[in-house]
Amino acid sequence: MAYTEDDLKKELETKEYEYGFYTDIESDTFPVGLNEDIVRAISKKKEEPEWMTEWRLEAYRHWETMEEPEWANVHYEKPNFQNISYYSAPNKKPKYDSLDEVDPELLDTFKKLGISVDEQKKLAGVAVDVVMDSVSVTTTFKKTLAEKGIIFCSISEAIREHPELVKKYIGSVVPKTDNFYAALNSAVFSDGSFCYIPKGVRCPMELSTYFRINQAGTGQFERTLVVAEPGSYVSYLEGCTAPMRDENQLHAAVVELVAMDDAEIKYSTVQNWFPGNKDGKGGVFNFVTKRGLCEKGAKISWTQVETGSAVTWKYPSCILKGDNSIGEFYSIAVTNNYQQADTGTKMVHLGKNTKSTIISKGISAGHSQNSYRGLVQINGRAQNARNFSQCDSLLMGNECGAHTFPYIEVKNKSGQVEHEATTSKIGEDQIFYCNQRGIDTEKAIALIVNGFSKEVLNKLPMEFAVEAQKLLEISLEGSVG
Amino acid sequence: MTKELKMELKEKLVSSFLAFEEEYTGANDDLHKIRNQAIKDFETMGFPSRKEEDYKYTSLKSILKEDYSLFPKKENAIEYKDIKKYLIHEIDTYDLVFIDGIYSSHLSSTTHDKIDVCLMSSALNKDLYKPVIDNYFNKLAPKNGLNSLNTAFTKEGAFIHIHKNTLADKPIQIINFSTGNESSILVQPRNLIVVDENSHCQIIERHQSLTEHPVLTNSVTEIFADKRAIVDYYKIQNDKLSASLIDNTYIEQQSESFCSVHTFSLGGKLTRNNLNFYQRGERIDSTMKGVTIIEGKQHVDHNTLVHHIEPNCESHQDYKGIFDERSVGVFNGKVVVEKEAQKTNAYQSNNNVLLNDKATINSKPQLEIFADDVKCSHGCTIGQLDEEALFYLQSRGIPRKEASGLLMYAFANNVLESVKIPEIKKRINKLIAHKLGVELGFNL
Repeated sequence: MAYTEDDLKKELETKEYEYGFYTDIESDTFPVGLNEDIVRAISKKKEEPEWMTEWRLEAYRHWETMEEPEWANVHYEKPNFQNISYYSAPNKKPKYDSLDEVDPELLDTFKKLGISVDEQKKLAGVAVDVVMDSVSVTTTFKKTLAEKGIIFCSISEAIREHPELVKKYIGSVVPKTDNFYAALNSAVFSDGSFCYIPKGVRCPMELSTYFRINQAGTGQFERTLVVAEPGSYVSYLEGCTAPMRDENQLHAAVVELVAMDDAEIKYSTVQNWFPGNKDGKGGVFNFVTKRGLCEKGAKISWTQVETGSAVTWKYPSCILKGDNSIGEFYSIAVTNNYQQADTGTKMVHLGKNTKSTIISKGISAGHSQNSYRGLVQINGRAQNARNFSQCDSLLMGNECGAHTFPYIEVKNKSGQVEHEATTSKIGEDQIFYCNQRGIDTEKAIALIVNGFSKEVLNKLPMEFAVEAQKLLEISLEGSVG
Repeated sequence: MTKELKMELKEKLVSSFLAFEEEYTGANDDLHKIRNQAIKDFETMGFPSRKEEDYKYTSLKSILKEDYSLFPKKENAIEYKDIKKYLIHEIDTYDLVFIDGIYSSHLSSTTHDKIDVCLMSSALNKDLYKPVIDNYFNKLAPKNGLNSLNTAFTKEGAFIHIHKNTLADKPIQIINFSTGNESSILVQPRNLIVVDENSHCQIIERHQSLTEHPVLTNSVTEIFADKRAIVDYYKIQNDKLSASLIDNTYIEQQSESFCSVHTFSLGGKLTRNNLNFYQRGERIDSTMKGVTIIEGKQHVDHNTLVHHIEPNCESHQDYKGIFDERSVGVFNGKVVVEKEAQKTNAYQSNNNVLLNDKATINSKPQLEIFADDVKCSHGCTIGQLDEEALFYLQSRGIPRKEASGLLMYAFANNVLESVKIPEIKKRINKLIAHKLGVELGFNL
């Protein structure tokens, strides 16, 4: 029997979320709700200095005056911010020296996720800073990095141990009053990663952090700060999975990248949070602010593979402030069932001879809505700025939607901007061609989707490319005709 | 401050509505209802502000602060020789000439022979046209501040009805002159064009100010193209720098109809074109093309929408812009493809050349697609003239100024290629050549 579209659909619908398990670890959770006392308590809990507490409070006070943005092309029930617990940390919080001391249940979780810490130590050469709910539990390869002068630790540790660096850079790219979710994050961020690469150092390994949302009803507010001093290079990986939960979980992260003169930061994300079940129930709300600042000759490259979350609202941006700086954005966003994604980028050209490239691939299936929203802005002083954007959408089935909202603003005659977008489906002739050569329909679709996304997948570091390819197949299996 | 001024115009309009309604003594009661509702809608909605997504890049503030006179009292006498140059006079046409919003009979030529080319005021008041008015008037223009304002003050405009299986034998010109004898003036023409099955017509529309007084035109045109109808519409916008235009055009197409709108924006202080196509049948073709060449502090905004509702339709958009000095160009093109509209082929292209660092272009080509078996693409470019091409021409003895003129002319030319009336093509060519400051050395 031929494998029909219906078979595929059925298989997909019955496919349960692979990583949907729940780790039963006692957590130290704050009462629900948000007020100044909670903000103070979070800060105290983290043993933060006075200036940090004040900084959080300022952000909180400003947040109170703000309203949730509604311009995105997504529809969802707004979370009640007074109904969320803003802090949750695994209860036992010793500083481990070896893996044996780690809670076995936690290790079990990692195993299910496929991040065997020790295996990665040996094989991949990746330093993993695992964030379980909010507090960093294990940090590996710290020693190797320390020899080079690289600081890679949790943000709370950085606040305690390198306050001068954190104070200088935190909020410098995404001000604490930037937008509703950034302000919320600034007020209540629980943990996250901090990475500092000294002048002229090339980070010898890919830095990676796995985020997991674990405790029921806790929002996760990650804060990541990467600072690359002049002439340095770092590749940072971020990957995510979350257990299955009925309630919508809120995730409002802030990522700030600072690339000084001639530095290069490569930031890759694979996001595979729980997208809700096939009826659109549950799933993670992902409202993220990511922004990078490029000084002279610096380069920031964002690569993302977005397959999870019920609602995604995410625009990794580059401020090309210095002359000759380069911004890149490579994205694959896959939506299935009732997922909604409004994602894209902002390239703000301020310096001369700045260049940016945007490659965005949207794949929508089921009842999902997939939007690309991007801004390319070339300011009056940005002589010879150059941008190339390409947004391709692939539609599978006629219940889904693909949308493109590019904003192009040019105020300089020497600027050159090209934007092109296409929307298409997988052609019957393409499938037929594959079938004719003995490739079954499902494999053919995987093949075609893979080809469609190749430009972006190629940009991912080796470790991620494999995982991302697998993810694409899992999330799209059988949704096509 | 500005807000207060804006309120003033709005309040002035609302308060003068009563007087306007009293003056009207027509027989059509429905019209009273429509107008009364419209003024209420306008009161609630008001003028659009930059806070609205559609007006993000275009502020109407500067043109709303004028103290416009709303009802010009007397008919202003204009001689044919004064306006001849604004007409396409080389060919025989039907003409509808309005001066300050009032119909000028001695400059116009209308007809009721097979086709109706006449006035909105007579169509609204005569029983003969009541079925058409009832069916079509105010049925298409969506409710928003500007449309409602126009509806509330609907009085005059063009009424064109091409009956079934008829070819309009001559192109139709709709020309609105403003004399501005009473200082600044607000005019609101309202046009209704109904093209029945298997019919064909060509229409040329122009707004022209004859003095330096500020003029604001808020025009609404509704066009209905029935099955297999062909409508060719040309908008020539080459007004004085004191004149601003908000043009709202809505086109509804039935199966197998073909509509094209060409917009040439070469003048005016602020020009806003709202051009919406609604495809309510299969195998429809919608084409919209535009050339914008502006300088100084001019502002031209093209806001287009193509709504693909049924399968097997096509739409083509091609907008070219050349911006010099401190001018601002906006392109906001939206293509919506509904779930049922399979096999849609939608193409959108927006190319711009910036000649000055002070000039700005804001482009937002949007696609909203809900059907999977479609071919939709858009492209947008912003760039400069090719230095190598300029060098090539210069090396062959063509001065740089002419060379860049030639290149810009070539850039805009493929929009002109689809113009079907040779006289219009010639006229536009001349306007463009003049605008680019070159006398092109070949016969146009």
